[in-house]
Amino acid sequence: MSEGGSFKDMNQIITVENVSKRFSPRLSFGEKIAARLGSPIETRTVHAVDGVSFAIRKGEVLGLVGESGCGKSTLGRVIAGIHPPSAGAASIDSAPVMNAAGRKTTTRIQMVFQDPFASLDPRIRIGETISEGPIAHNLVSSAEAKAYVARWLTAVGLPAEAAERFPHQFSGGQRQRVAIARALAMQPDVLVCDEPVASLDVSIQAQIINLFLKLRRELGLTMLFISHDLGIVRHISDRIAVMYLGRIVELGPTEAVYAAPQHPYTRALLDSVPKFVTDADELVSFKPIEGELPSPLSPPKGCHFNLRCPKAEARCRSERPPLDEQGGERAVACHFPL
Amino acid sequence: MTLLQVRDLQTHFATRSGALKAVDGVSFDIAAGEIVGLVGESGSGKSVTGFSILGLIDPPGRIIGGSVKLEGRELVGLPNAELRGVRGRQISMVFQDPSATLNPVLTIGRQMQLALEAHEKTSEAAMRARAVEVLERVGIPDAARRLDAHPHQFSGGMRQRVAIAIALLNSPALIICDEPTTALDVSIQAQILTEMKALARDLGTAMIWISHDLATVSSVASRLLVMYAGRIIEEGPVRDVLRAPRHPYTAGLIASLPAHAVPGRDLVQIPGSTPSLFDLPPGCAFQPRCTYAQAGCGVMPNLLREENRAVRCHFPLNGSGS
Repeated sequence: MSEGGSFKDMNQIITVENVSKRFSPRLSFGEKIAARLGSPIETRTVHAVDGVSFAIRKGEVLGLVGESGCGKSTLGRVIAGIHPPSAGAASIDSAPVMNAAGRKTTTRIQMVFQDPFASLDPRIRIGETISEGPIAHNLVSSAEAKAYVARWLTAVGLPAEAAERFPHQFSGGQRQRVAIARALAMQPDVLVCDEPVASLDVSIQAQIINLFLKLRRELGLTMLFISHDLGIVRHISDRIAVMYLGRIVELGPTEAVYAAPQHPYTRALLDSVPKFVTDADELVSFKPIEGELPSPLSPPKGCHFNLRCPKAEARCRSERPPLDEQGGERAVACHFPL
Repeated sequence: MTLLQVRDLQTHFATRSGALKAVDGVSFDIAAGEIVGLVGESGSGKSVTGFSILGLIDPPGRIIGGSVKLEGRELVGLPNAELRGVRGRQISMVFQDPSATLNPVLTIGRQMQLALEAHEKTSEAAMRARAVEVLERVGIPDAARRLDAHPHQFSGGMRQRVAIAIALLNSPALIICDEPTTALDVSIQAQILTEMKALARDLGTAMIWISHDLATVSSVASRLLVMYAGRIIEEGPVRDVLRAPRHPYTAGLIASLPAHAVPGRDLVQIPGSTPSLFDLPPGCAFQPRCTYAQAGCGVMPNLLREENRAVRCHFPLNGSGS
């Protein structure tokens, strides 16, 4: 059983225990009848998250990195209580995030999405967008909503008058600030951020990252920061978790993992990032990972990385490596760690 | 030897609020076999510059002035029929999203055959052989069999390889690459960057590499052009520019990268946001965001050349970077 990351300390706020999330296509009426009659229907289940366990400590920023299709967004949504897990559970202070009926039980976890164009209702003034949740959950009365909204707009660096405007009247960076204000207005303890700067221009990314750093300092927020950008994750995270094809393959303090990765996939991923080269004599060469991400419809047996791994042996093709603690608060899911 | 010469290129889009000057007086040269990075944020005009070179500007857009010369031959104002002889043969283009460039209902082989036939009619066997050759060149395994596959049967990275193979079919002198790896995962991006560099080296193909990512560009290009609000604001050998940027905007972009900060500390940020092209400030477009702006910045600065560097700034930085 993978217990990595659940280093027994009392500071854990989020615990993820053996969470799996599978997506199956909806069967048509005809297919359902055929299935009842015993016909073999190809269900083609996607194992987006496959038996993942870890914990997030109070006040830390945990970076979650991986390539597209590795399940990082799905895992974030399970933790935020948007998707019910197919197995296992995510909990906040030992209370499940979702009840048995698949309903979210807490407002203590809020989410910020990648695309602020898609996550804000274009027809509603942003003041109303921000106050809707807090009013519904009795965090503020309708009468005090205006001042409440102004407070959160100021906190994210927007003028209070912005409440009267519509989403299209903001630039991409400002819109992401609005989305952050909406999440914060619910007074969460945990913020799940899914690629919050990926759709922003380079000069705006730094502004939003600085905002996250400031909010974390001032509000003591705990964050799960999901990104494919290894540079940004390194900057903002205390610890990082690396995902590959539905599983966490490595977890540990950010600087330690970047300095000496223990999983061959983490090593390969770090080697793939284009370096910022300024030395005229320095030769740029990558050591690209061979091959491509296998389909999550049919992941390989054993370690999911074995097809592309330079160190794979017979055991890697048959036996799933557990996320084992390695000392120094690190954990790696590999039979032959580096 | 100069392969492509762009002079004072102006591409405007007619809108209800007036002319949008997407590209406003851009000049640069590309030597044969050279890889030049064209960097800028969204709306800087980098992609429109690429499209303008190929004459791929549809109304309401129009090239209203300037010149684009390929090996001395003027392309601006060339009739469409003649431009078609240039596109895909002398200059080809690779786009960001290969799913949008490839025809979903034709096999890869058929699409490659069409691209060859458009310029030269040869035997079916010869065309097939050429298609297999370029597919193998870009690292598609089992190329002969894959010719009969449709685009959806390829992964994103493989599809971009096919798009690059099509661009290579007629051995063009120049390939314009518009963010070709932005949509790909880092591990696939690293594979494609490595292969593109090998292509330029082995075949002597020049490339314009359009991107918003300085790190990616610094790993492929030898020279860098930085655009802001429709104009080139800095130019030079890529590593010189990155080590000692002269324009405050370039310096700001470089300084804002997390790689240049202590983890957990605030990043250096450029204040404000990219200006609307409808509402540009008088003079230098970067002036409202610039920490060094002075009264004189209300007058448009010229692109000042000095040896192999150029900068469009009244008060360029001259230190060893920030």
